[in-house]
Amino acid sequence: MTRLGQLRSEARFNLLGFRRSPAATFFTVVLPIIFLVIFTSIFGNEIISSTGARVATVYVPGILALALVSANFMNAAIVTVIRRENGVLKAMRATPLPPWVYVGGQLAASLVLTAFMTALVIGIGWLGYSVEVQPGAVPSLLITLGVGAAAFSALGLAITCVCPSEQAAPAITNMCVLPLYFVSDVFIPSEGAPRWMTFIGDVFPIKHLAVALGRTFDPFSEGVPMPAWRWLILAAWGAFGVLVTLRFFRWTPRN
Amino acid sequence: MSDDAQLAIEVAGLCKHYGDIEAVTGVDLSVATGEVVAFLGPNGAGKTTTVEILEGLRTRTSGDVQVLGVDPAQATAEWRERIGVVLQGAKHEGDFTAAEIVTMWSAYYRSPRPTAEVLELVGLADAAGTRTRRLSGGQQQRLAVALALVGDPELVFLDEPTTGFDPAARREAWQTIDGLRSLGVTVLLTTHYMDEADQLADRIVVISRGRIVADGTAAELAAHVAMPSQISWDAAELSPAVLSDRLRDLLSGDAGSLPSTAAASTAAAEPRDARPAIATRDVGDVLRELLAAADGAGTRLDSLAVQPPTLEDTYLALTGDGS
Repeated sequence: MTRLGQLRSEARFNLLGFRRSPAATFFTVVLPIIFLVIFTSIFGNEIISSTGARVATVYVPGILALALVSANFMNAAIVTVIRRENGVLKAMRATPLPPWVYVGGQLAASLVLTAFMTALVIGIGWLGYSVEVQPGAVPSLLITLGVGAAAFSALGLAITCVCPSEQAAPAITNMCVLPLYFVSDVFIPSEGAPRWMTFIGDVFPIKHLAVALGRTFDPFSEGVPMPAWRWLILAAWGAFGVLVTLRFFRWTPRN
Repeated sequence: MSDDAQLAIEVAGLCKHYGDIEAVTGVDLSVATGEVVAFLGPNGAGKTTTVEILEGLRTRTSGDVQVLGVDPAQATAEWRERIGVVLQGAKHEGDFTAAEIVTMWSAYYRSPRPTAEVLELVGLADAAGTRTRRLSGGQQQRLAVALALVGDPELVFLDEPTTGFDPAARREAWQTIDGLRSLGVTVLLTTHYMDEADQLADRIVVISRGRIVADGTAAELAAHVAMPSQISWDAAELSPAVLSDRLRDLLSGDAGSLPSTAAASTAAAEPRDARPAIATRDVGDVLRELLAAADGAGTRLDSLAVQPPTLEDTYLALTGDGS
């Protein structure tokens, strides 16, 4: 089969496995939507006097960031650790499939999921909460999604290096992202938070993803949003993920 | 060159050390094209280490290794097209059906066998639509063999294909492995069951503590260690007390020199035992003498039994502390 055919086959089976995994579909597809509905219900969808935008203008990009992290980071990590600990990756190493095609197939599947969740979250935001992507901001949105998906997929592979077992993988990945959501403009705006909290948010990549996405929904932003340095920070984290993966990734189970 | 072309696997002086631990210490091995060879040895003997070096999944410390004319340390995708690997304790992704997994893996090869054909080959046609988490242990193993066959390989490695199986699952797996013969595939399988090696392989190579200790058919190995046969009878029919001195000596004499075998423990027969036993390599001589003694005592000796050395005895003698 051609390399392109192999990539398509890998992506297709990754998505099929995703669809059949209740945990993966719940955490990546259902839970973000539940959060969106809950937050906008609790806080209402009024116009915020200080910014002039609706409350959901904050939550739609925040929840989109959550869905992207889940679709790329969480899924890549958990699926990879399960395959590794069951010896599937080791057996795969004995086939002619080049490792980059395996990784590429997984990335392609994550991109499809990201596109699906983007359409779903934006669609619900538009129909339910009158939040729109600013027409001029579409290229910026696509760049943010692409850089974010690549970076968090790379970090997903990197985190497998510290996950000893398939039971540990969901716990460790959640420990990484859950606290960060609270200081990264995902669940609550970080404006007015203590300095140490905003500092932590600034160091890690989730806030930069959420803020970069938020710019594309802001009805009062001037000109075309180009959050270049946030993209750079995301890309740097992605590069860090690639380096850790290249150095420490294991194909073989612990035992 | 013509000789090399006939060899699927050629190994000379293979060593593998993990720090101070010497897992493999000088393995020599050759497997001819089309041959089915069992690599037999106890747990920790170095079987898996050796096989994974041959599969190109592990590096070696020293030695020469050629598999299908290529050094596995320099494994290329071309070379991987030609081999199939079944790892020890292979598991599958539970959310996929057997057919889906085979189809998924067939994409890894340039000219794969059709999925239906592969499932037919390993006897899983009826389970094609079953999620792998619902397959039995024997069926999971057959699926692992299917994945090794999907690329239409010349050489297949099977690492402990039946360890931990119940007898029915073992028999299933044996049928599947035996079926590889009709495909003309060269097979190297590892096992710690002598009966499995005898059942499946043309030739058995025995490894113990990282070294090859024997190489041949089951019969050749038995002849090589020359384990004694066991001759026993009912003491009620012929009391050991009436035997000649020579035979009485054999009752305990032969046993002492073979401390590590199952035969030895029963051969150390005390007179109070209901069935006296003689362990001997000279079965004919002992029987003639014994029957003569029976004639003298006026008994037919209907309870007489001769048991040749078992595969287990041979295996234990080859891999144990003795010999």
